[in-house]
Amino acid sequence: MANWTELLELPVYQLNKADKKALFSTELFKLSQHHYQSCLAYRRIIDAVEPRFFFKENQPPIALAANIFKHHFLSSVEQQNIAKITTSSGTTSAQVSKIALDKENIARQQRVLTKIIKQWLGKKRLPMLIIDHPNVIKDKRSYSARGVGIQGLSLFGYHHTYALNEDMSINEDAITEFFSRYQNEKVFIFGFTFMVWQYFVKALQNLARSYPFKQGILLHSGGWKKLQQQAVSNDIFKQQTKQVLGNIHIHNFYGMVEQTGTVYVECEQGHLHCPVWSDIQIINVANMQELPKGERGVIQVNSLLPTSYPGHAIITEDIGILLGEDDCQCGRKGKYFSVLGRIEQAQVRGCSDTQN
Amino acid sequence: MTAIEKLKSAFVTALEISEQEVNDSLSYSEHPAWDSTAHMILIAQLEADFDVMIDIDDIIDMSSFNQAKATLLKYDENLSFE
Repeated sequence: MANWTELLELPVYQLNKADKKALFSTELFKLSQHHYQSCLAYRRIIDAVEPRFFFKENQPPIALAANIFKHHFLSSVEQQNIAKITTSSGTTSAQVSKIALDKENIARQQRVLTKIIKQWLGKKRLPMLIIDHPNVIKDKRSYSARGVGIQGLSLFGYHHTYALNEDMSINEDAITEFFSRYQNEKVFIFGFTFMVWQYFVKALQNLARSYPFKQGILLHSGGWKKLQQQAVSNDIFKQQTKQVLGNIHIHNFYGMVEQTGTVYVECEQGHLHCPVWSDIQIINVANMQELPKGERGVIQVNSLLPTSYPGHAIITEDIGILLGEDDCQCGRKGKYFSVLGRIEQAQVRGCSDTQN
Repeated sequence: MTAIEKLKSAFVTALEISEQEVNDSLSYSEHPAWDSTAHMILIAQLEADFDVMIDIDDIIDMSSFNQAKATLLKYDENLSFE
């Protein structure tokens, strides 16, 4: 198994293509071996799909479709070692993804997330405004994707303030208090994209209210489907959000509950960046071949984190495009890409779409 | 109130457990009440009671009652949990 003490010390965005490939091919292969040995269901899949998979060293992993976690409970650890099961939101479908996590895997997700987010927020904890209502993290036994996101990011903040009431109305008193206290300091604002737009930006516009923070960072995530339906682009989102929150930095990030921890944060150029511990490929689903830069395809995410469930290589339900590798103008190394939307007819499953 | 009493009291309040359960073998995720949500409540409680601001890495590393003592000592060397 991987030496995580060493892996965690790697710089988040500095490995070039050759170095990353060398690291990834061996570590992902080790993970394939681990899950093959530890998860019977995974072994059956590999045996059925590619019986000669392990004949050759460092084969790229066979990716599982994301929705397999909706229909099968795949675990690579003993039942009694499962510490938490995280679920996707599953709005339109009764089926939710269930991800089995042991303590080691949970800790690793948190550590990796911390390394990545520090790159954007800095090392110090900041006053934190959460664009959600506090009850979203009340159910301790089983977190929704929204709960996981808020939980995972809350340690970057202090004086956590929830901007919404349980009925999704604006909690003006709470926001006003937060603003009067921290308007001149660097603040951290977090929310799911659709919630930020619908229940915060739009709501504040309707109330003709704004809170022009002097400095701060808004991180948001969770799918654009509902915003695309309203013809809201990333540019419009940024522009109108700044109208109510002042001249803050706004970064979208892409990630999924099946690979919690490794998030892909949008840089100043508007590009999503792979951190050192995960990677993406754009796949032509007609033949499952990898597509070159600039071509639309389905996003496959590969991550070194999953050890307690076989989720190290997953075909998502998202369409994306690889924009380049190692040469983004922001200076970060690694692949950078855009997410264009959901696969047609894919069930709505995005984190932010859980509120109807 | 001594520092150790204050620390125990913070754990009792934040984790909603009895004082008997707050001892040197108490550790994160071993006790059902000390999960990730309770952890952030505990951090806020410790910060308020001991008037410190705990770093992100120390929050992650604070995985036991004993570790909490060590962490707080790092921030306030005048403390004593003897």
